[in-house]
Amino acid sequence: MIINQMEITFKALSINEGFARACVAAFCVQSNPTLDELTDIKTAVSEAVTNSVVHAYPKKAGDITIKVELNDDNSVSIQVIDYGIGIKDFKKACEPFYTTKPEQERSGMGFTVMESFMDNITLSKNNPSGLIVTMEKKFASSSNLAVGE
Amino acid sequence: MQIKSRVYNNTLYVVLCGELDEHTAYHTRHTLDEIFDKNDFRQIIIDLSELDFMDSTGIGVLIGRYKRMKDRGISIFICNPSSHAEKIFKMTGLYDIMPKIS
Repeated sequence: MIINQMEITFKALSINEGFARACVAAFCVQSNPTLDELTDIKTAVSEAVTNSVVHAYPKKAGDITIKVELNDDNSVSIQVIDYGIGIKDFKKACEPFYTTKPEQERSGMGFTVMESFMDNITLSKNNPSGLIVTMEKKFASSSNLAVGE
Repeated sequence: MQIKSRVYNNTLYVVLCGELDEHTAYHTRHTLDEIFDKNDFRQIIIDLSELDFMDSTGIGVLIGRYKRMKDRGISIFICNPSSHAEKIFKMTGLYDIMPKIS
């Protein structure tokens, strides 16, 4: 069951990456994560936001929305949503070292890093266009939050 | 991102200070290339003790510098990575081309 949630929307500009990961991490602090878990989340959010900044909007930067839900089983669910051109082949995109922009010195490790730092990652199409990256992680410690608090 | 550098005993020491992500990658890449081009040295040690954050964009930046220096026959070594940077380095096999030293 969801006990707290938040949503932010910002322009798909690289300068917002630091803001996005710091904002999500600050919200997750109330679930009493370890520093390591918080850095996992910051890294995964940074990867997802970078993907949307670099790939979603080839012409003009559109929006990125991040939704975060904290659950009573001490887990967090994070959605990074864009409204851009989307990804045609999810399987290919998730292969380690696969990148459509090797000339820009891109590592192609974004989804691999997200998979490694979070418990679960799913990619889905946004309607009518764009990408939704859903990431879940369960925190080891017990939550500070209580229902109805 | 701030980058400190000095040459001592034919070794170029570089300290990356701040956050390395998509936003700071361009500046980091060009500053490192400038430092590499201006100085004479036989090897490079990149110190990450003051790097507060890095995602996989950092891997792209480091591999790019490795490729440039390989042409000059110069090796690059990494020291003092955070546990998170270390996890990304191991995942990507970066230590195979830029070994970690203490």
